[in-house]
Amino acid sequence: MSGSAVVQDKKPGWNRPPLIEPEGEGELLEVAMGPHHPSTHGVFRMDVALDGERVIRLKPVFGYLHRNHEKIAEGSSYLASMPFTDRLDYMCPMTNNWAYAIAVEKLVGQEVPERAEYLRVIVGELTRVVNHASAIGFLTQEMGASGTPLMYAFKEREKILDLFEALTGARMMVNYMRFGGCRVDATPAWLDATRKVVAGLPKFVDEFENLLRGSEILMARCQGVGILRPELAVNAGVTGPMLRASGVNYDIRKVDGYGIYNRFKFRVPLGDHGDIYDRFMIRLLEIRESLGILEQALKDIPAGPVMDPKAKLRGFRPKPGEAYGRIEAPKGELGFYLISDGGPNPYRYRIRPPSLINLTILEDMCLGSNVADVILIFGSVDIVLGEVDR
Amino acid sequence: MLGEGILRGLGETARNFAGSFVSAERLTTVQYPEERVAPIEATRDFPFLVYDGEDWEAGLRCVACQICEKECPPKCIYIVKSTDKKPDALGKPQIYPARFDIDISVCMSCQICVEVCPFEAIKMDTEFELSTTDRFAGLLYDKKELAKSNEHYHKIHPTEAGEVDARLAEEKMKAEAKARAAAAAAQAKAAQAKAAAPPADAPASPQPAAPAAKASPASVRTAADAVASPEGDQQG
Repeated sequence: MSGSAVVQDKKPGWNRPPLIEPEGEGELLEVAMGPHHPSTHGVFRMDVALDGERVIRLKPVFGYLHRNHEKIAEGSSYLASMPFTDRLDYMCPMTNNWAYAIAVEKLVGQEVPERAEYLRVIVGELTRVVNHASAIGFLTQEMGASGTPLMYAFKEREKILDLFEALTGARMMVNYMRFGGCRVDATPAWLDATRKVVAGLPKFVDEFENLLRGSEILMARCQGVGILRPELAVNAGVTGPMLRASGVNYDIRKVDGYGIYNRFKFRVPLGDHGDIYDRFMIRLLEIRESLGILEQALKDIPAGPVMDPKAKLRGFRPKPGEAYGRIEAPKGELGFYLISDGGPNPYRYRIRPPSLINLTILEDMCLGSNVADVILIFGSVDIVLGEVDR
Repeated sequence: MLGEGILRGLGETARNFAGSFVSAERLTTVQYPEERVAPIEATRDFPFLVYDGEDWEAGLRCVACQICEKECPPKCIYIVKSTDKKPDALGKPQIYPARFDIDISVCMSCQICVEVCPFEAIKMDTEFELSTTDRFAGLLYDKKELAKSNEHYHKIHPTEAGEVDARLAEEKMKAEAKARAAAAAAQAKAAQAKAAAPPADAPASPQPAAPAAKASPASVRTAADAVASPEGDQQG
């Protein structure tokens, strides 16, 4: 069989003609990368058909980390789903809490006090810093930079996680936001500690940029690889840094202005080429913009309550209706869609996870590249399997 | 020049490497378990039951209202109500938990049980070195293992425990004032009844006063109140 176009397999969708033609003679080689591959950020499988080193087709296989989150949420009270949202994208629990809180607040028409909005912005932007720094660290790890940039990122992450622990009691599974505010108020000492950490972060970003941006190895591996065209990105529903690296100006903080984001001055960095290097640079620039937002928020934070005194913690039954709450999570648009039938549990609870939807164009980015580049392209999407499989 | 970026990056790592010898800030790891980082006050991991006084069984604040059992997201709490009543810390007869089990292997440390508890009876511990060789019974804590004194609570969360104590003391004072007022009202009513009634009916006179005295609660929130109102919210 020479250059056979069809891999004989019973898998659905696998027998369609390939999107690109194999070159030369020989059979296609099928490789299952994952689910226990060290580069897959968890349990994720890529079924790859190879013509030599070239990728002819690629099929992402999800579901190894499925935990039935949505169905469990439909059977439990609104409050009881809040700690489960921490476990979706476990790198950024604060933004998951926030998106869910916004959805429920829309559903029941709940107002949020001023100070709580500021606290949400502060913890949300700290989360963005953590996520982007770690994402860059993991990307370089996959490039073979055995841990140095990742550990630099984790050093800063540790400081921010300590802040989260001092505020909420937990480093990652924070369970911080409530419908109508935040669970606990930040003490003046905590705000001072946060100001100190935020003041130290630009130095870290400079160091990180010095370490990586001009590196010839990084440029050789990243530039012009895994190009995502803006039209495809828009059509596939890609959001977040992935979309902006392709040059589409779409940031929900600007478009929706949820919370109090219209009060802050910040810019939306945009890429030009849509390759891995652009995605890396976008994340670096977004950290800087986040630091700007943090400085403004920490300066203006007003005194006052952090919970609406009329807000009910438990046992509330929203009127029948539906609500979709969305935020710009570090990975893209994170949305929660809730339908209430008037009972104590949501009738339907649906998550729009940015990680999953950003993964759907993986094949289009990988076609024609080498196996080693597939790992890099996959790393540049920045996913967390907890959110992909839910 | 080719390689300039790499050299600049290597300069950063060299600076960090050399800096770790002179600056404590660059040396971020500690040698656990010999060294430990300072504990953070807000830290939480697994719940425990608070008791007042010396005797853990008599001093448990829990009145088995089962709100935490109902609200627990992973359903790791198991409570059996007692059939009899025992005097609580205030001396008022209360239902108590005949069984109170928490499966630590299921608990996800979300703190919702602490938030919904109206009696300040369940709080979060900070003990994290809980490894055991028995993965089933060793991680299923009964009420004896869960009971910890209020002093322990003060030791791990001083600020929070101080607030809780102040709140409880205030409630107790209010309850006592209310009880006193109710008793005074009952007394006045009894005296009135006594004055109005003919002296021949003397044995009947304490009877109208008795239900009033009984209705005056010794504490503001009894177990029956606490269960009735949230349940009405949720199921009504």
